[in-house]
Amino acid sequence: MTETFYDVLRRQGISRRSFLKFCSLTTASLGLSPTVAPQIAHALENKPRTPVIWIEGLECTCCSESFIRSAHPLAKDAVLSLLSLDYHMTLSAAAGEQLRANAHDTIEKYKGKYILAVEGNPPLNEDGMYCIYYGKPFVETLKKYAKDAMAVVAWGSCASWGCVQAAKPNPTNAVPIDKVITDKPIIKVPGCPPIAEVMTAIVTYVLTFGRIPELDRQGRPKMFYSQRIHDKCYRRPHFDAGQFVEKWDDEAARAGYCLYKMGCKGPTTYNACSTTRWNEGVSFPIQSGHGCIGCSEDGFWDKGSFYDRLTNIPAFGVEANADKVGAVAAGVVGAAVVAHAAVTAIKKASEKSGSTKAEGK
Amino acid sequence: MSIDGRDLKFPKYVWEAPVRIWHWVMALAMVVLCVTGYFIGSPLPSVPGEAIDSYLMGYIRFTHFAAAYVFTVMLLMRAYWAVVGNKHAREMFLVPLYMLQPSWWRSFFRVLGHYLFIRRENDWHYGHNQLAMAAMFGMYLLGSVFMIVTGFAMYGEGTGMGSWQYNLFSSWVIPLFGQSQDVHTYHHLGMWYLVWFTIVHLYFVIREDITSGLTVVSSMISGWRDIKN
Repeated sequence: MTETFYDVLRRQGISRRSFLKFCSLTTASLGLSPTVAPQIAHALENKPRTPVIWIEGLECTCCSESFIRSAHPLAKDAVLSLLSLDYHMTLSAAAGEQLRANAHDTIEKYKGKYILAVEGNPPLNEDGMYCIYYGKPFVETLKKYAKDAMAVVAWGSCASWGCVQAAKPNPTNAVPIDKVITDKPIIKVPGCPPIAEVMTAIVTYVLTFGRIPELDRQGRPKMFYSQRIHDKCYRRPHFDAGQFVEKWDDEAARAGYCLYKMGCKGPTTYNACSTTRWNEGVSFPIQSGHGCIGCSEDGFWDKGSFYDRLTNIPAFGVEANADKVGAVAAGVVGAAVVAHAAVTAIKKASEKSGSTKAEGK
Repeated sequence: MSIDGRDLKFPKYVWEAPVRIWHWVMALAMVVLCVTGYFIGSPLPSVPGEAIDSYLMGYIRFTHFAAAYVFTVMLLMRAYWAVVGNKHAREMFLVPLYMLQPSWWRSFFRVLGHYLFIRRENDWHYGHNQLAMAAMFGMYLLGSVFMIVTGFAMYGEGTGMGSWQYNLFSSWVIPLFGQSQDVHTYHHLGMWYLVWFTIVHLYFVIREDITSGLTVVSSMISGWRDIKN
């Protein structure tokens, strides 16, 4: 039997006390009741570690980079021991054929029980030749590995929505993985990258309860993606008061006012940044003085500038935001109305003079 | 009935009280919604002092939401009145059905011809002419429903999962548009759509009032349409 998560920790010299602390913290971060903490401890002590196969398509490895920085008390050891991470190109000690054999062994041995974690996405144009994996198009590997998986985790905006490689005009036709894998539950964990604690917490949840967390209609775990950045932003009182940063170097920027006018996408972005924060809760973009760019939202590259709150609308070959299009069209309608009124008046006047002339005859 | 409507009997009671009340409350709500909505999208200059001392955006947003509820409830009331009210209360809602009749289109093109200065005579109607009906349906009614649906979808984002606004609207509208930012963008565009409607509406009621020989503006106050002396 594969050793459990707890066995691994003990072997690495982590005390039971630290282990239980980790369980309570994980319970809290998942938003579960305190009584669940013993359940998590029990699961981690008894269940064999869930094998995870982590594959990377078109991506930048920022998801992996984020993942290894998870700041739970036992981060560095625990995160990598929590799972049985059988295959990860960047993190595994083995390489080449040995590593690949690992993946195939796991798929063979844990049919229907392993989790497939996908970082990045497959390009479909030219039969998928834009991303080659062991000499074959990545999309083939993706389909093959997904076939026997219990569930698929879509790490980051690439796997969830498409992200930068799927931005217009998307020359390689990169698609989110749910366009390719249609018969497995997919947990979307968007973000560029997703928050480390969100990633580890979701994995812990699946391991503990043996099922995927509750998802919203777009496939994201509700526990982390049910509220907007704006709803829990510590600068929200400035928004409600009407206090805004107007320029990057003004007094308000130094005072930490709301970045709404600087195009902060917090009000339209679903993520846990404003509560969980980054790097052991040190900060998050808004706290460091820059607006949210909405990196966990679908198609965020194609929604105009990172510093505008409205999506650009291509109209007559020029891009303009909704308010500009609306105001210009209102002007045109207004001008048309004035012109119509003028013609009406002229017609009436000429009719009148025509009839007076006729009367005068 | 002759096609130019010159044999219609006036004065005629056209707009019943609920329709008139709806019209003016709706007009007021629209002004409030447009102004507050614009300031939500493009806020006023920053307020100085401590955050605890002011609540400007809070009040603007509250006003917008309150007016939006009034707008919605009035439209629901109006839809009810279309069922129980007189024939003219139904006009706005039944345009797609009228459009199935060839005679409707004949009248439509007569009205269009008049507005394009091709025909001199202006047909008389008890209620709306065909062009006005089409605008009431296509611009006002569809525009309003669009604004209510997208508006409540965004409101539901704030009230959160589990709220009826979220369940009824946000849960399907946001995925339909792709993401929240697009809903915001089209909600802005929707406001302009209603502004265009308002400009055209104001122009034509005043023009009709002056040139058609029938009362138009005063009809929406008294409910009676009559021939002007």
